[in-house]
Amino acid sequence: MELLLTIGKSVLFVAVVFAVTLLHVAYATYFERKVIGRMQGRIGPVEVGFRGLLQPFADMVKSLFKEDIIPNEADRPLFFLAPVIVVASVMTSLAVIPFFNNGSIANLNVGVLFIFAMASLAVYGIIVAGWSSNSKYAFLGGVRSAAQVISYEIAMGISLAGVFLMAGSLNLSDIVLAQREQPMGMFAVVQVVGFVVFVISAFAETNRTPFDLPEAETELVAGYLTEYSGFRYALFFLAEYISMYIMAALVALCYLGGWALPGFLTRALPFLELVPGIVWFLLKVYAFMFFYFWVRATLPRYRFDQLMAIGWKILIPVAVLNMVITAGVKRWLM
Amino acid sequence: MEPVGITGTDTRRELTLNMGPQHPATHGVLRLTLDLDGEMVVKCTPHVGYLHRGIEKLAESRTYQGVMPLTDRLDYVASVGNNIGYCLAVERLFGIEAPERAQYLRTIVFEMSRICSHLLWLATHALDIGAMTVFLYCFREREWLLDIFETICGARLTVSYPRIGGVLQDMEPEVLESLDAFTRMFPGKILEYETLIDKNRIWLQRTQGVGVIPAKEAIRWGLTGPTLRGSGVSYDLRRDAPYDAYDRVEFDVPIGKNGDVYDRYRCRMEELRQSNRIIQQCLAALPAGDILAHDAPDLDMPLAGKKELVPEMSLGNASIGFGDAVPVAPKGEIYSAVEVPKGELGFYLMSDGTGNPCRMRVRAPSYVHAGALAKMCEGAFIADVIAVIGSIDIVMGECDR
Repeated sequence: MELLLTIGKSVLFVAVVFAVTLLHVAYATYFERKVIGRMQGRIGPVEVGFRGLLQPFADMVKSLFKEDIIPNEADRPLFFLAPVIVVASVMTSLAVIPFFNNGSIANLNVGVLFIFAMASLAVYGIIVAGWSSNSKYAFLGGVRSAAQVISYEIAMGISLAGVFLMAGSLNLSDIVLAQREQPMGMFAVVQVVGFVVFVISAFAETNRTPFDLPEAETELVAGYLTEYSGFRYALFFLAEYISMYIMAALVALCYLGGWALPGFLTRALPFLELVPGIVWFLLKVYAFMFFYFWVRATLPRYRFDQLMAIGWKILIPVAVLNMVITAGVKRWLM
Repeated sequence: MEPVGITGTDTRRELTLNMGPQHPATHGVLRLTLDLDGEMVVKCTPHVGYLHRGIEKLAESRTYQGVMPLTDRLDYVASVGNNIGYCLAVERLFGIEAPERAQYLRTIVFEMSRICSHLLWLATHALDIGAMTVFLYCFREREWLLDIFETICGARLTVSYPRIGGVLQDMEPEVLESLDAFTRMFPGKILEYETLIDKNRIWLQRTQGVGVIPAKEAIRWGLTGPTLRGSGVSYDLRRDAPYDAYDRVEFDVPIGKNGDVYDRYRCRMEELRQSNRIIQQCLAALPAGDILAHDAPDLDMPLAGKKELVPEMSLGNASIGFGDAVPVAPKGEIYSAVEVPKGELGFYLMSDGTGNPCRMRVRAPSYVHAGALAKMCEGAFIADVIAVIGSIDIVMGECDR
């Protein structure tokens, strides 16, 4: 009975987390269109519902009812499997994110590594999508994406190593708690180099402008997505936005103090302690999402060789240097 | 397409990628076949003809004025340029000159269309390289000019505003005021676009040293317009063979140095400023007077109606009429060229004395430039191909005719 209750509770929590996340993802598209619209002198969606608030649902319904086109030459089983791999692996990462104190589905002691592992798995989906479409554009897009994600994962992992060293743990909750002892209440200040490298890698990892080459529509039509339509396309889209959320959450947790506020703020304004932690967490996540959109509205796109050069020649050496210095400081000065 | 590359038994290293005619970045229906070694272009072969409408042949069965709407469809982004180019050719053939006010009005609309064309070029070029906000900023300003076109002649893109020997109708004072307001506002907007991309590190990396064509080669390929001037050759028909009011206005001809995508971009940005300057000067110096030459032939009536109404009319020393036997135009042939936004647009007209041109041939800059793509894209990356296509600013309507 006890066991059943625990299982029931966990399942309920999982359901709630996924439902809430999906809702957030849906509204991230609305948020993006509104923000970019304003930046470009447009108004964004306004037709469906009050101020266009139902637009995400209209989009969802539309993509579900669209004809599902499968190319004749496509490798059908793999073609069906690819979006599932991508969405499943990206969604699994959600399990280890602590939304508030003790608020994660699974409080893993290797939380960050788990997220990296899942992100690497998602690459398989992209390669498979590119390969199984049997289209040259999709194939090139898939190859590009795989190379890009693998390269930037290295820079990302090494830049986070600084944080692990400071916190002494791979558990996301512990990392957040460790930041409370910092004078500024966040690692973004002391680990500023790692922070910058991580943010740049996060853009590349999620295929966002200026690193959106895999789906660079002007060159490769839509990259690995070219042959996908209807709800399979929507699944890839969903995966992209969830992974944006995950990256934003990682930034918030590892560098911006997660659900906690900096100590000097709460000491000065004690009533802030009464606000639930998830509010601060979401504020930080949405601030980063806004940054994503802002960059998209501003910057052009890198070329593939330039992207690789940045990853291997700049970001990885800088991240390694950062890690070594952090380790040295930790070993001998603290 | 034949299976090569990934599938089949072909053991070549290259992958043949068919880019276009349906592709988001080939500006219409240009088709390129790229032989790729990884992401590197080994060979680029442009194919044209997907938008061929037989404009040159159609012109042979129309009256001189009736050809005008066809010329709209050459470079549909800046149709006034084609109209004026055609009008000038016919005028030179017939020995007519447009009155001064008409010349100024034509210069104004010509430069308006140049700004429209360059704005559309900048919008799509920036979008191709991934800067999507510039796209919408450019469209915002272009809209203003298109509204002015709509006010003066009812059409926004295919205007047919000029006439042989003048223009269709005069501009209202409100239009001139609106245009004046535009010229005062526009330099600030150019700065706005430049703020986004001009010194942007990514933009520089994507455009500098890409698609280089040295001055000598550029001349050999027959490039004209900003594409030639980007390579450092100072050649502009508005200055070197002035027509309409261009000999009465002051403007600079910006040139580049390296002949890469960035220099061509800089040239066009500078031309936006110069066009704005020309419009301002024309507005200030706009003389009063007729807008159609008194000896302009009334050539736009349908053939049948014309026969009954006016069997004969005089055009200078030429007898004009629309009966088959009666000569209406002086016999002869002429080549006349103007500087449209894309380059040198030439009209070669041959008249056998009847009411319609015996032969019309258009020298379209886009066609010449599309040929040079093969040279510029050699050894570049796929992403560079897109940047180069954007930088030579081709319009397939003009290329295929």
